[in-house]
Amino acid sequence: MAKTLEKVDVVTVGVGWTGGIIAAECAKAGLKVVGIERGRERGTADYQRVHDEYRYAVRYELMQDLSKETVTFRNKRDQQALPMRTMGSFLLGEGLGGSGTHWNGHTWRFLPYDFEIKSMTDKKYGKDKLGPEYLLRDWGVTYDELEPYYDKLEYLMGISGDGKNPFQGKRSREYPTGPMKKTPILERYEKATKDLGYNPFMMPSANLSEAYTNPDGKTINACQYCGFCERFGCEYGAKTSPEITVIPTAKETGNYDIKFHSNVVEVLHEGGKATGVRYINWLSGEEYIQPAEVVVLTSYVMNNAKLLMVSGIGEMYDPDTGKGTLGKNYCYQILPGATGFFDEQFNTFMGAGSLGMTIDDFNGDNFDHSDLDFIHGGSLSITQTGSRPIETNPVPPDTPAWGAEFKKASIENYTRSLSIGAQGSSMPHRDNYLTLDKKYKDAYGVPLLQLTYNFTDQDRAMHKYITERAVEIMDKMGAKQTVGRNPLTDYDIVPYQTTHNTGGTILGTDPSDSVVNKWHQHWDAENLFVVGAGNFSHNGGYNPTGTVGAFAYRCAEGIIKYSKEGGSLV
Amino acid sequence: MADEKKDVSRRDFLKTAGVATGTLVGGGVIGGLIGYNMKGGGTKTAGDSASRSGGRKDEGAGSPNGRMFFTNDHDFSVLSEATERIFPKDDLGPGAKDLGVPYFIDHQLAGAYGNNEKEYMQGPFLAGQATQGYQSRLRRKEIFVQGIRKMDDEAKKRFDKSFLDIEGDQMDEVITAFQKDEVEMEGVAAGFFFRLLRSATLEGAYSDPMYGGNRGMEGWKMKGFPGHQMSYADKVDSKEFQKISPESLGGQH
Ligand SMILES: Cc1cc2nc3c(=O)[nH]c(=O)nc-3n(C[C@H](O)[C@H](O)[C@H](O)COP(=O)(O)OP(=O)(O)OC[C@H]3O[C@@H](n4cnc5c(N)ncnc54)[C@H](O)[C@@H]3O)c2cc1C
Ligand code: SF4
Repeated sequence: MAKTLEKVDVVTVGVGWTGGIIAAECAKAGLKVVGIERGRERGTADYQRVHDEYRYAVRYELMQDLSKETVTFRNKRDQQALPMRTMGSFLLGEGLGGSGTHWNGHTWRFLPYDFEIKSMTDKKYGKDKLGPEYLLRDWGVTYDELEPYYDKLEYLMGISGDGKNPFQGKRSREYPTGPMKKTPILERYEKATKDLGYNPFMMPSANLSEAYTNPDGKTINACQYCGFCERFGCEYGAKTSPEITVIPTAKETGNYDIKFHSNVVEVLHEGGKATGVRYINWLSGEEYIQPAEVVVLTSYVMNNAKLLMVSGIGEMYDPDTGKGTLGKNYCYQILPGATGFFDEQFNTFMGAGSLGMTIDDFNGDNFDHSDLDFIHGGSLSITQTGSRPIETNPVPPDTPAWGAEFKKASIENYTRSLSIGAQGSSMPHRDNYLTLDKKYKDAYGVPLLQLTYNFTDQDRAMHKYITERAVEIMDKMGAKQTVGRNPLTDYDIVPYQTTHNTGGTILGTDPSDSVVNKWHQHWDAENLFVVGAGNFSHNGGYNPTGTVGAFAYRCAEGIIKYSKEGGSLV
Repeated sequence: MADEKKDVSRRDFLKTAGVATGTLVGGGVIGGLIGYNMKGGGTKTAGDSASRSGGRKDEGAGSPNGRMFFTNDHDFSVLSEATERIFPKDDLGPGAKDLGVPYFIDHQLAGAYGNNEKEYMQGPFLAGQATQGYQSRLRRKEIFVQGIRKMDDEAKKRFDKSFLDIEGDQMDEVITAFQKDEVEMEGVAAGFFFRLLRSATLEGAYSDPMYGGNRGMEGWKMKGFPGHQMSYADKVDSKEFQKISPESLGGQH
């Protein structure tokens, strides 16, 4: 028998960036908040032995324990979906801070175009630019509406940037801290892109150029460019993470409590309202019910969708009829790019998660698509994140994968090769979606989430075009040999690509084609909020967390308003 | 050529492994290292009896040359030779054997890695598309033992000799047959075993030496990777390439 706990004002499922931001804002507003996190407590003091590539980057020390839960995957609907048994294509977070502990920290605002992509595309290129199988839509919220929340997030995080992107949306303030150091690698990219007539600028970074104290009084230290950043926690407290910002902020109010090792298995609801959540503490094996006035799903794209599905809230998307909203518009990220091989050596092993330089000349609709068979594009960057030796073995094509020749070439090129790459946008397609698996279950007996996903013609065309641009830039940078990324074939869940999954619980203005309204309030349950990259209608040409964080601030505002007034916020 | 390589005396071998022979007393270390040196595919060599005849009582007892997983010397020797073909000794520096890669793999197979502890291992186990990844019911420790024995079988099939007694290019032929999925394995594809073996070899060459590979940080030295450094804040914008002597986490307490 599940034990029922005392009712609270707000319960969040998961404590990463979204759970942390909601907790800080609601607790500051006087609401009693409980966060339920399946992973363990952790913080800067736990990252003192972190310069260990094998443990953290290869064996995924800080990430999800797949023995308890994973997803199933297939490329097409006529295939048998099978479990993702080992981590690969994306690395799911677990534990205090979620993926915010081990992210890189590239912190972007999406382009104004992203939010109104459908109407802008139709207007400029006609209604048939993409076929009807692409579920392109306006998001239901505009850049101008989101701007104050982007601003708030950047000042929470202390983002370091130079603000020199000519294509960015209007900003109410400059970045709170100046840009990261410009290294010779970045300078080379800057010069080459300028020579080609493009507009390079420093990547907005959550590894900070200088120590910064945010409006909540939380200090983030100056980055040491240690080269163990993405996939690692920061031992200096220099990478903005939930554990060093929003979580202590929430705790200091006295209104916040976190239950660890606690896996939520169901959202309880009755008469069109959520009543709380049911969870299992996997240390004790005991089952609990946490009643709450407001339930917030902050458990990342995958479990936000899964928990709604297993709890029977909302209508599941059916790719045959196009009906239903839950699970549709799943998108990913397309990664065109090029690697160059040089004679000279670079300090590739030094760096920081978001030390980089970017051009936006091939992102969004910043270039004309009239004669192109795709829309959108991606931000194209060089990054110097710190190459580590197990996972960095660059070799020119036709080098064998092992043996004497491989050894020589991989050692030679470890410090003599540079890569540039785009965070390519990803457009929604009728056949790419999330649903529940019928065969496989998690450790608690709950069905796994099932992912059906493949790259599309739009993806392939965009990938090809931007790869060609990347090759030109790399040639201009003086590489003696440049190799563009191979053309896209089928999506493969094995090699790491990116943890930028989006969609499944999209936001909108109409319950017939979205899961939540513009305050992230569920259309079918007014005290249930769902927030994360799952709310994106498509994935933009950047990393998602800037927009995810802005959404979380907006959602928190909605929750606070709802707690006072009740009812639908739209 | 390959024979020559395998015939080096134990003393020579220990020298190249960077172990001062003078410090060797007792059988533990020799027993641990001897696997590299074995001839004839058999299990009876001089070092063998030494390895069984008693442990070390001196301060070297904590040597990383202990084996936690492989109990069969022949298996371990086949593994050692295979990793050496994947990452051979050359003019740049040591190969997998001298770096301790086989011991690294041994230790890993005995722990979370070998047991797939953080992986989803519930059935049903069905064959899938390559894009769907690992679908074997076997754990890595089972795949390795089976794979290594199949490598030896394959050598016998092709050359009528143990994997340990064939030439280097013949070993490469066997390994390539696994890479190309031309060998039958039970419950797993040969190509999958090959990929595990290849990545485990690189992991052993380049992980922190505290895991038992990358001996003397020689893997890092070859590659120019400085290991664990506190900060590059004062160097990251330097125009010159920085040669920095590496540091291991193992040296930190
Ligand atoms: C290696 C890496 C690098 C990245 N780099 C960048 C970058 O540079 N820029 C960028 O914008 N983004 C980056 N990202 C993505 C970024 O980390 C995520 O967008 C962001 O952290 C998502 O926050 P979230 O709160 O939505 O989810 P998460 O951070 O995933 O947090 C969700 C939390 O919910 C918990 N949870 C899930 N299910 C349950 C359940 N049933 N019960 C209880 N708890 C549950 C999880 O354990 C987790 O702690 C990166 C991700 C990775 C993995
Ligand atoms: S690179 Fe900077 S922010 Fe990243 S872990 Fe190292 S010190 Fe921290």
